[in-house]
Amino acid sequence: MSDALSLHVHEVSVGYGRREVVRGLSLAPLRGGCVTALVGPNAAGKSTLLRTIAGLLPMRGRVSLGAVDLAGLSRAERAARIGFMPQSLPGGVALTVMETVMGALRAGGDAAPISGSEMQTRAALALDDLGIGALALETLDKLSGGQRQLASLAQALVRRPDVLLLDEPTSALDLRHQVVVMSILRRLAGEGRLVVAVLHDLALAARWADHVVVLSEGRCAAEGAPSQTISSAVLASVYGVEGRVETCSRGMLQIMVDGPLPPSAQKTGET
Amino acid sequence: MTTASPPLTASAAAAVAGYRRLLRRRLLLLALLVAAAIGAFLLDLASGASGLSLREAVMTLVAPDAASRTSLVIIRDIRLPQAVMAVMVGMALALAGAEMQTVLNNPLASPLTLGTSSAAVFGAALAIVLGVGVPFIPLSWIISANAFVFAFGSMLLIQALSRARGAGSETVVLFGIALFFSFNALVGLLQYVASEQALQQLVFWTLGSLGRASWDKAVLLALVLAFTIPFSLAAAWRLTALRLGAERAESFGVNVARVRLWSLVRVSVLTGAAVSFVGIIGFIGLVAPHMARLLVGEDHRLFLPASALTGALVLSLAATASKLIVPGAVLPVGIVTALVGVPVFMLLMFGRRT
Ligand SMILES: Nc1ncnc2c1ncn2[C@@H]1O[C@H](COP(=O)(O)OP(=O)(O)OP(=O)(O)O)[C@@H](O)[C@H]1O
Ligand SMILES: [Mg+2]
Repeated sequence: MSDALSLHVHEVSVGYGRREVVRGLSLAPLRGGCVTALVGPNAAGKSTLLRTIAGLLPMRGRVSLGAVDLAGLSRAERAARIGFMPQSLPGGVALTVMETVMGALRAGGDAAPISGSEMQTRAALALDDLGIGALALETLDKLSGGQRQLASLAQALVRRPDVLLLDEPTSALDLRHQVVVMSILRRLAGEGRLVVAVLHDLALAARWADHVVVLSEGRCAAEGAPSQTISSAVLASVYGVEGRVETCSRGMLQIMVDGPLPPSAQKTGET
Repeated sequence: MTTASPPLTASAAAAVAGYRRLLRRRLLLLALLVAAAIGAFLLDLASGASGLSLREAVMTLVAPDAASRTSLVIIRDIRLPQAVMAVMVGMALALAGAEMQTVLNNPLASPLTLGTSSAAVFGAALAIVLGVGVPFIPLSWIISANAFVFAFGSMLLIQALSRARGAGSETVVLFGIALFFSFNALVGLLQYVASEQALQQLVFWTLGSLGRASWDKAVLLALVLAFTIPFSLAAAWRLTALRLGAERAESFGVNVARVRLWSLVRVSVLTGAAVSFVGIIGFIGLVAPHMARLLVGEDHRLFLPASALTGALVLSLAATASKLIVPGAVLPVGIVTALVGVPVFMLLMFGRRT
């Protein structure tokens, strides 16, 4: 892995049909070795941005990994470097967890296909890593919401890509699993990988991320270290809630939300 | 990054061992399906109006020199091509249904329910009644080529609709049913202007019957299967990944648009071929994949072969029944497929262990 892994988002505009969702977005470089939390209200364009970086949507602007423009990479090259976990898994699928993770390894048709037993081993280890080895033979459909999310995460992690784009990896998880997943993300970043995770829980972002990007209506409302980005001003202007952000005795950010601001007090945005 | 995998932990080893057991069990089920399909094929061969027993039928095949002239003719020229055709049509329709259900992400998809079969019949009818066909195709192939072109066209339409935002699987099926009725109406229109002889052919198609099976048709269908099945199997992992959603498959490095397109080409070839040789036989393409899914899950390396085998099994059983239900008469097998398929399907659905 290159030491200077960095992801650059420059003047990126993306939309669906005529409607532009992300507008001329430029971000400070996202660094390998860091966990970046992408936060923002519903429909801010977080998922859209991740999809764009993953190369799944046509866009204007430039996304590059180091000096390499992602638009110039072949599908296989991109898939080898970037792992993407979408927000949800489809229902009604009669695949076992193990099979879905093996599919993640095999479906891309890599230049050097791995053997069947190596594929099984790697899939099982990826599950074990997330503590869901015991679910290996469960059908996807029979899992709980949180278990599905962990299975979905395993599909993204098993390929061991340099860049991980995770759309809400913790939204359905209990307290313990949230912490388990976040510490796994920290470990992956510790190996030099670049991790971007969409999080709705600002406390989780404040506690576990090195870098926070606040997205609002397709634009970057704030970016930087958690202590610089998560503030009562951002809570008010971006989320429309009244809240306080304080530092606790152990030096951690504490976020307290007191209630919604009246609509008149919110920043008015275009639809 | 290391490519060699680290040593297995105990729980990972348990997962691998468990998976291998599951795989072995499913391979065994696949082997049982093969045996059942062969059994049904022999049963089909042994039944018929002339009252030749299974033993006589098999003896005729094994030692044709010792067999009587009539039984030789009955077995070799009538029963065998029909039975072989039943196996292959069952495979073709089930495979087409299985791929459709995956690619369109729609459990209700099948050549019948989405109007593909009717489109193929209409294409064929155009060739027969009006002599309109795909240019530069030799006359003997025009009917099949037309069936394929119309099947493919209808598949493209359906695919475009499935991918339009907001079109749920029910909407797509409703559209398929609209196609079904439109093409049937158009075929009806053609029947109006058709000659006596062409009319007979059209009726045969809309009912679906193995009665016109012949060796050259069987050979053609075998070629179609031999040409499509390897490509289906080669795409197995990609199709499996597609079950997890197009975005996810794409992020694994799958070219989803290409997988979909080639899959729909295979579906159209299989449906077009099946329809142009035996007409519309419904139900197989819908039910066989569901039965296969209950048996072996949706790893397409197993699911596709299991669907094909189930299709062969069900259609052979239906063909057998079509000769036994009304003594002395052979019903069109399309009528029987529903009668045989429904109870089997229900049994599997409700008998599923939780
Ligand atoms: N496939 C799509 N087609 C058309 N519009 C879409 C599509 N996906 C998202 N949008 C629109 O784009 C906007 C941004 O959606 P996006 O999913 O990126 O938001 P998000 O920030 O991820 O929200 P959430 O927190 O609810 O997941 C929304 O207004 C949504 O309606
Ligand atoms: Mg989202």
